[in-house]
Amino acid sequence: MPTFVYMTRCDGCGHCVDICPSDIMHIDKTYRRAFNIEPNMCWECYSCVKACPQNAIDVRGYADFAPLGHSVRVLREPEKGTISWKVKFRNGHEKDFVSPIRTTDWGSIPSPAELPPPSEEDFKSQILAHEPDALNIKGSLPVLARDRLKKGVI
Amino acid sequence: MGLFSRKKTHFVDADVLVIGGGMAGCGATYEARHWGRDLKIVCVEKANIERSGAVAQGLYAINCYMGMQWDENQPEDHVRYARNDLMGLVREDLGYDIARHVDATVHKFEEWGLPIMRDPKTGRYQREGKWQIMIHGESYKPIVAEAARKAATEVYNRIMVTHLLMDTKKKKRVAGAVGFNVRTGDFYVFRAKAVIVAAGGASHIYKPRSVGEGMGRTWYAPWSSASAYALPIEVGAKMTQMENRIVLTRFKDGYGPVGAYFLHLKTYTQNAYGEEYESRWYENTKALVGDYVDRHPVPTCLRNHAFLEEVKAGRGPIRMVTKEAFQDPHKETVGW
Repeated sequence: MPTFVYMTRCDGCGHCVDICPSDIMHIDKTYRRAFNIEPNMCWECYSCVKACPQNAIDVRGYADFAPLGHSVRVLREPEKGTISWKVKFRNGHEKDFVSPIRTTDWGSIPSPAELPPPSEEDFKSQILAHEPDALNIKGSLPVLARDRLKKGVI
Repeated sequence: MGLFSRKKTHFVDADVLVIGGGMAGCGATYEARHWGRDLKIVCVEKANIERSGAVAQGLYAINCYMGMQWDENQPEDHVRYARNDLMGLVREDLGYDIARHVDATVHKFEEWGLPIMRDPKTGRYQREGKWQIMIHGESYKPIVAEAARKAATEVYNRIMVTHLLMDTKKKKRVAGAVGFNVRTGDFYVFRAKAVIVAAGGASHIYKPRSVGEGMGRTWYAPWSSASAYALPIEVGAKMTQMENRIVLTRFKDGYGPVGAYFLHLKTYTQNAYGEEYESRWYENTKALVGDYVDRHPVPTCLRNHAFLEEVKAGRGPIRMVTKEAFQDPHKETVGW
């Protein structure tokens, strides 16, 4: 199900080139439009589809599995914190799905350097960042006790 | 004129060098900043950390969560589960260590903004199986990448690290890494006091038998080029837990892990004649491995053994039956 580009919608901005994890979305040097240089190495991860400001990239189904005439379109709206999928079957049947993608503002995660630094004792302990508080348990980080392991299987 | 004669060489010095900017690399970068407030922490990634690694496309579940806060599972339960599922081939200390830290990590993800589904009755995280929790994970990677970018001193995207560098004076000490920019071909030399290899595994070494356009493809990220193995092996590192391999086939009309389908949507498998086949291979498997076949859950490799024997016996392909799974609209959303 590799990606392809609607050449009339693409304006050659390069957002897809910037994001593609496989590095296979390139700009054609003659036409100045994006294209998938290696469909076999496309993971259909939709990263480029979601990143395209012109909605110019689509993903086709495998010719040998997926019926012709269908479409799967996605709209990712980071400012609203949602992603919307529209699935059209070739008989005209449609399905719509909307899911949240984030519950906080983009950019709101603090750097660990802005948070209180670990103490001398923390450096000598086995805890990782934000533990034991972030474990939400009474007491401290569990420690391996040999006698508790070899009790057979669940 | 040689191939690289017009390329530049860049030198980057760091205190901590993290190779790979997927979930593990982003986590290592964040953790390094927590403990080393004034250190120069550099993360190097061959794609763009915003969408890179095996979670680039998002995920619908976190496959390991203990739930220690509700006493759902304890780390030693997870070790027992893993020991059984991998038929004893497991480093229990490593499994325990991951299990005891995972809850804190998941709680941080939720605090950072990852939407985690909750069970409306109990208010706890929605379980998909004993270990898995359900999330709305489309932006899983962008959220974690944001934390890593805040924590790192510098992030280098589109640099493919090819080799680790050894210290010339101190024996057996890794002193950095070299790589090249996949776009410009420029050469990069990273010199660091500590190096963390958080690169990816290997896709497409063993190929599934999918035919047509899906030929030979797994659902696993095709860009996983085994750097996590090659980089340390070449400098003499001892590798562990290499006995277990997983080849992630694609299933027809769908594309992704089958965990939610089997666990949450309660789908099941049948052979080409619509028959349940696992029980047919019970005696055969028992003769091979003894009482592992009677354990609950049956180790994954033994269920796969029944699958392969059934195909060899000419009753394939094996089908996943989904028609009963999609009756509930919420479950249909999960399935899609």
